Amino acid sequence: MRTNTKLFLAAGLLLALALALFVSPFADSAPDGLTKVAEDKGFAGAEQEHDLSDSPVAGYEVDGVDDARLSTGMAGVIGVLVTFGLGVGAFALLRTLRREPEGEPATEARAG
Amino acid sequence: MHIPDGFIDGPTSLGAAGVAVTGLGVSVRKAADALDDRRAPLAGLVSAFVFAVQMLNFPVASGTSGHLLGAVLAAVLVGPWAAVICLAVVLLVQALFADGGITALGLNIVNMGLVGGLGGYVVFLGARRLLPRTRSGVVAASAVAAGLSVVLAATAFVLEYAIGGTVDLSLGAVLGAMVGVHVVVGIGEAVITAMTVSAVLSVRPDLVHGAADLLPAPSVQPAMAR
Repeated sequence: MRTNTKLFLAAGLLLALALALFVSPFADSAPDGLTKVAEDKGFAGAEQEHDLSDSPVAGYEVDGVDDARLSTGMAGVIGVLVTFGLGVGAFALLRTLRREPEGEPATEARAG
Repeated sequence: MHIPDGFIDGPTSLGAAGVAVTGLGVSVRKAADALDDRRAPLAGLVSAFVFAVQMLNFPVASGTSGHLLGAVLAAVLVGPWAAVICLAVVLLVQALFADGGITALGLNIVNMGLVGGLGGYVVFLGARRLLPRTRSGVVAASAVAAGLSVVLAATAFVLEYAIGGTVDLSLGAVLGAMVGVHVVVGIGEAVITAMTVSAVLSVRPDLVHGAADLLPAPSVQPAMAR
């Protein structure tokens, strides 16, 4: 039996929120591949300060939340919700751009 | 993988921004026609999921971490053009978290969205042709494409560094180091992508764009079913 689409979306969003809130505070804090290569090869110093480095969520830490793990988790939740809102909005807008004539069902079987 | 401001010079960053805007424009046009009504909200969810999973750095070597790009995952689930938009949304939001530079946004969209998503999807289609037309074939093709997409994106960075790197270095050394690290990151990418695609295939195979040809019949449903 097919899981209802709304249920699927809700479950997916909950999973994303749970990963952001509970798992991301325990993510490896070592530099990522590019940062490490930049350090090893000697171009890490070229990095400029980020224009939004004083944003209230800069560096995935929420201003004013002292507990580091809670701060990261909360930043993750904010990010997931903002991304979800922006994504759903963007794709809703996108559908209005469809060029197919009204009334014809979109038979979308092509995989490319 | 997120390029901060300062690694690549202004003109190259601007050029990449032009490529990113053009690529996004094409993707918007293509995705508007290709995305059906059920997959449109799914694409929003995929963006949010990719944001969450990109926060989950895993160790790849001593003192180095990596995280999922999610470009191939997005492309297999909602199609390559929508995937480019998903990644652009994620990268835009991440900039608010001071992750990935502002002037480098174009570079990052090119590497992770266009090269990772579209390039990765080409690999996916190629791999599917060689593999059996089954769900396992789709999962395996996703894994191969996901792994290679990370190496492709890393190589794209080296190319950009060759054009506009701000510190004069041996390109061979940068290429070797970038590819070396990202082959290992790619293994993680392959595993996580395969697990996620496999999970969605088991509950809602109809929502997997890259497996649309495996569905029993082209279920022509009016847009109202949602």
